[in-house]
Amino acid sequence: MSLILKNVSVISETEGTILDDISFEFKPGRIYILIGRTTSGKTSLMRAIAGLLPITSGEITMNGENLDTKPIWERDVAMVYQQFINYPNRSVLQNVEFPLLRKGIKKAEARELALASISKVGLSEYVDRKPSQLSGGQQQRVALARSLARKSHVMLLDEPLMNLDYKLREQLREEFKDIFNAQKDAVTIYATTEPPEALILGAEILVLHEGRIIQFGSPADVYEKPKSTTAARVISDPPMSILPASLANGEIRFGDGYSQPIPKHMSSFKEGHYQAGIRASDIEISQSTGESGVITLVEVSGSETLVYVDTPAGEIVVQMEGIHDVKVGEKISIELPGKRLFLFETSGALCVSPDSGGK
Amino acid sequence: MYKLLKATFITVWSVFVLFPIMWAITTSFKPEAAVVNGATFIPWLEFQPVLTGWKAILPGPESLTNLLTPTLNSFIVTAGSTAISLIFGSLAAYGLSRFTYGWKRYSNADIIFFFVSQRIMPPVVLAIPFFLVLKQLRLLDTHLGLILVLTSGLMPVVVWLMVDFFNALPREIDEMAMLEGCNPIQAFFRTILPLSKPGLTVAGMFCVIFGWNDIFFALTLTATKVLTLPVAVIALNGTVTPYWILAASTVFSILPLVGLAFLIERFLSKGSLGGAVR
Repeated sequence: MSLILKNVSVISETEGTILDDISFEFKPGRIYILIGRTTSGKTSLMRAIAGLLPITSGEITMNGENLDTKPIWERDVAMVYQQFINYPNRSVLQNVEFPLLRKGIKKAEARELALASISKVGLSEYVDRKPSQLSGGQQQRVALARSLARKSHVMLLDEPLMNLDYKLREQLREEFKDIFNAQKDAVTIYATTEPPEALILGAEILVLHEGRIIQFGSPADVYEKPKSTTAARVISDPPMSILPASLANGEIRFGDGYSQPIPKHMSSFKEGHYQAGIRASDIEISQSTGESGVITLVEVSGSETLVYVDTPAGEIVVQMEGIHDVKVGEKISIELPGKRLFLFETSGALCVSPDSGGK
Repeated sequence: MYKLLKATFITVWSVFVLFPIMWAITTSFKPEAAVVNGATFIPWLEFQPVLTGWKAILPGPESLTNLLTPTLNSFIVTAGSTAISLIFGSLAAYGLSRFTYGWKRYSNADIIFFFVSQRIMPPVVLAIPFFLVLKQLRLLDTHLGLILVLTSGLMPVVVWLMVDFFNALPREIDEMAMLEGCNPIQAFFRTILPLSKPGLTVAGMFCVIFGWNDIFFALTLTATKVLTLPVAVIALNGTVTPYWILAASTVFSILPLVGLAFLIERFLSKGSLGGAVR
């Protein structure tokens, strides 16, 4: 018994195709991560499942029952928004009770369930407060508690951590993992733009791009073997540098830049034009050899430094451990380790990924 | 320096605005001598306050006219048109805020403009049509007739104000309510309406002020049975009425609004909107 999407499309008159022929089976008891850029259709897909966005064609069924004819309020779908949506005029307890009472659960039982759910998200001390008297993280926990208490078949989370600060995000991420894993008969769908979030939640990942599911698999699968340059860009953080490349005379040449011997895992490919991809963390700084270029942007994030280098081969992003004092405009030499290179067709499809043991 | 300027400006302005009201209040307590023998302002010093003016407008042996019945009429008409305008106006506004209506290239914005455009025409133009319609409906000189006519003027304003107010409330709240088992009507009454108190108060206040002070329609569409307060006050003006009685009637007619304004100001300043979205 599961949530099945069959050829679901949403086409809007003003915005064109929003969802493009999506077919997928969501099984209960699992967490599905939707990852994609901001306009990839994550939110639209969730809204379509919830019934908030009418679908143009296709069909959505849950437990064999067609959902299309069911109005929103009979679908039994819970949703947590990116903004912290609670009823501002109700206390935390009343907020969580509300959906339970709507379902027809008796007052006393509803209170019990609500309190249990509130304690699950760690807000037991705040049951009488109004949402406006809570911090952002606490407000989002209330929204989560409200959705959890209902025990609905489908739980949608639309970038729930987006508006929270970094530290809180990491903490809630961990808590979410435990809470969702305890939901044994619900389909949990979690949308995010952030690869680390997708990988930490340790679930099944759907990569969305322009309204289509372009890849589906376990985190390791998707991370190590992105099916295309688009998927690779979406799932890599810091981003993967993708450069035009050509194979000829036993060498791989990057754009108009330097060349190096063809790495072993690419040896079976014909000579010709390709695209090469490499993750920022795999690039090494070298003193003399390799590609040289000018630094155009330096970003310090956490304990790492991201350096954007403009080279004859194209823009390359380098991640350096620790915080380095490099300046925009300086020259820098970098090396692209052959065994960490991805090779894509010029059309974007993956040819070969580096051996997963390499890192 | 800035503070001093500000204080001076506010004081001057307040005096300017409040002077007519102060004049009306003092005059309503003046005896005849204090009015006809040149200007006087300060009670007890320049004149001895008396209740002659007030006794003339309230029922009693010295009564010249009884303003209590017109007050009741005004109250019924104002409350009726305000209630109808608020209920139907806010429902219409909610619909216009959350759903899309339209025909060809005309959509919600045009419908809202249509509502507001009802206020563009001067009431004078409408007086005769309204008179004829009410006559056909046998509603001339009735409470209901006047209520309906006033509603036609007040509801557009409610729609206009409330559409903006609902637009400012996050849509996600009603979506949430629907996801949690409310149909759109329940979502409106259970979640949106309780959040709309500030907006409804402002719109309601607006209706009350305009309904209470309406003189044009009350004058043209009612005669003796439904005499409203402003009409009664004007009627006093038409006959030879001493200033102190006129002043008393004016003060009397604005008292309810002043009281209401103070009440609502207190309620509004408490503020009860926040925490829906960060």
